[in-house]
Amino acid sequence: MGTVLFELALTFYFAATIISIVDIFKGGKESSKLMTFITGAGFAIHSISIIYRYAAAGHLPITSMHEASSFFAWCIVLIFFFLEYRYKIGIMGSFILPIVFIFMLSSSIFPREIRPLTPVLQSYWLPVHTFLAFLGNAAFAVACGIGTMYLLQEHYLKSKHLGNLFKRLPSLQVLDEINYRLITIGFPLLTLAIITGALWAESAWGSYWRWDPKEVWSLITWFIYALVLHVRLTAGWRGKRAAILSIIGFLAILFTFFGVNLLLKSLHAFK
Amino acid sequence: MKILIIGLNHKTANVETRERLAFNGPKLEEGVFGLKKIPEIKEVAVLSTCNRVELYTCVSNTASAAENIKNFLSGFHNVARSDFEKSLYIHTDTDAVRHILRVGSSLDSMVVGEPQILGQLKNAFDFALSKKTTGVLLNKLMKKAISTAKRVRTETRIAENAVSISFAAVELAKKIFTDLSGKSFMLLGAGEMAELAARHLVNNGVTDVKVANRTYERGCELAKEFNGKAVKFEEFLNELIHTDIVICSTGASTYILLKDHMQKVMKERKHKPVFIIDISVPRNIDPEINKIDGVYLYDVDDLQGVVDTNMLERKKEAEKAEKIIDEEVEKFIRWMASLDSVPTIVALRQKADEIKNEELEKFKNKFGDIDDEAMRAVEYLAAAITNKLIHPPTVALKEDTEDRDELIAIIKRLYGINGEDNEE
Repeated sequence: MGTVLFELALTFYFAATIISIVDIFKGGKESSKLMTFITGAGFAIHSISIIYRYAAAGHLPITSMHEASSFFAWCIVLIFFFLEYRYKIGIMGSFILPIVFIFMLSSSIFPREIRPLTPVLQSYWLPVHTFLAFLGNAAFAVACGIGTMYLLQEHYLKSKHLGNLFKRLPSLQVLDEINYRLITIGFPLLTLAIITGALWAESAWGSYWRWDPKEVWSLITWFIYALVLHVRLTAGWRGKRAAILSIIGFLAILFTFFGVNLLLKSLHAFK
Repeated sequence: MKILIIGLNHKTANVETRERLAFNGPKLEEGVFGLKKIPEIKEVAVLSTCNRVELYTCVSNTASAAENIKNFLSGFHNVARSDFEKSLYIHTDTDAVRHILRVGSSLDSMVVGEPQILGQLKNAFDFALSKKTTGVLLNKLMKKAISTAKRVRTETRIAENAVSISFAAVELAKKIFTDLSGKSFMLLGAGEMAELAARHLVNNGVTDVKVANRTYERGCELAKEFNGKAVKFEEFLNELIHTDIVICSTGASTYILLKDHMQKVMKERKHKPVFIIDISVPRNIDPEINKIDGVYLYDVDDLQGVVDTNMLERKKEAEKAEKIIDEEVEKFIRWMASLDSVPTIVALRQKADEIKNEELEKFKNKFGDIDDEAMRAVEYLAAAITNKLIHPPTVALKEDTEDRDELIAIIKRLYGINGEDNEE
């Protein structure tokens, strides 16, 4: 049952992603609406599959690569809908759904069995720490999509190539505003995630900070976004530079998520 | 009754001819009443704009009506027929219907897709309606023209993109700033085109307006017009720091704004984006500044490029619109055919027979055991009453009177006969 729901959600996201990519090259309001609708259906099914797995495992399903990828994708879609509701930018999905799909796809290739929690993970910190970290990183993922939109629109305006996509992309000001807002949401969440993580580490392993690769890479990510905010407020690094930084920041997150888990030895790695 | 349209427009007549035949101010009322007096004309409405003069009429005979209208125009406007006759176009029946739908949908306009014409057409008909010079046919035609224009606007993107330089500037500004309200704007120099673009920006909500002109007095005058303030021309670099949109059109023969000036300005304004439109020829702003982060520089050719692409887009959309027009013309022609009296007479007859037969059936059921002879008598009576009752309307329908179209419409309503007239 859980597997069926997951596969179904994956299929819906896949369909929405295909439409979203076609939408970039030749689309209109109708295809954007269809894309949002299919994503909504996928999101509903995905939510049920996560709840189902929660019930089956007895804890937030976030302790294996399969679960974590899926949950991260879910967080991104959650933020996507929040933005879509607030700003109503039909074309936005084209830049965010591919990220969602990649995480769902990665989730689907990892083993799916539910394993009992190791003693270290049996803590009320588990849902708090991970949820904060995932939601914060999801905000950064969406900021990366928005940053890409910004760079594209900026390119169109500079090169004076004003085609169909130029007309459908929102204004630079709106994109910059969303980007900034996402980072101001993601940054405190990431900060709290690191703090709660330190507290949890202290109670589980006896020290706040152990220079574990995941901790280090999270700190690097944290510094990148701290820099984004700092130069924005002091030197006025907005627009294009902010967009580029938010893409770089997300690359660091991708490495923290995939690279550290798969390549480096880490206490955080999902075993 | 036939629809006849006589007119001239920007394609067939020069400005002078259009001016001489225009129905301006009080001339409109006089003209409409004068035309109504022509014996062949049953209904009339007059559209007179700077690009076209058109007479929409319903007439009993097109050839003689056209003759009389031409004579009327010559006399009314005091212009020799030979001076305007070759500029006129005459459309009848299907062509006339198609013509008015195309005019209303702005397919016949100088700038295809510009929406003003529909309002002008509406006003022309409202005026005729208030003077009671139109009737069933023209009123229906007008409604059709409006609904078709709406269909064209929602189903095609004909009016979506800016096709003038000043609108293109506003469109671009909105892609940089979203909302222009609260944005500050500076006019550098005071060319005519710059003024027009400035006015569009102000109409779109730009609030803080500054004018920097070489002659300070002229700058003050302009500033007053836009409710802004004049600044000394030498100060414009400092003002740039607090300006989001600039339109430049000075008579200078060299660049007045160079890349390193602008770099300093951008640093001062903390890289907040700035949109600069240079419509002076030769250009007054170093094109290199477009390379600075956050600076968007458009010169007159760039804007013309935007306009040209949009025009091309409109042409494509116009083809779609023509298909819609075809459909709507066909619907209207079908409706007109239904106005003819013969089908109405037939329908009336059928309706009466239906009622008679129904009632006879009820009668038989109620008084079951009646002998054949009595039944025949009842049938005879029923037929006689039915025939008597529908005789007068049938005769009236056959008569070729002025108000036959209205009569047909009324009879259809009275007897609940539906023709092709069930849309809208």
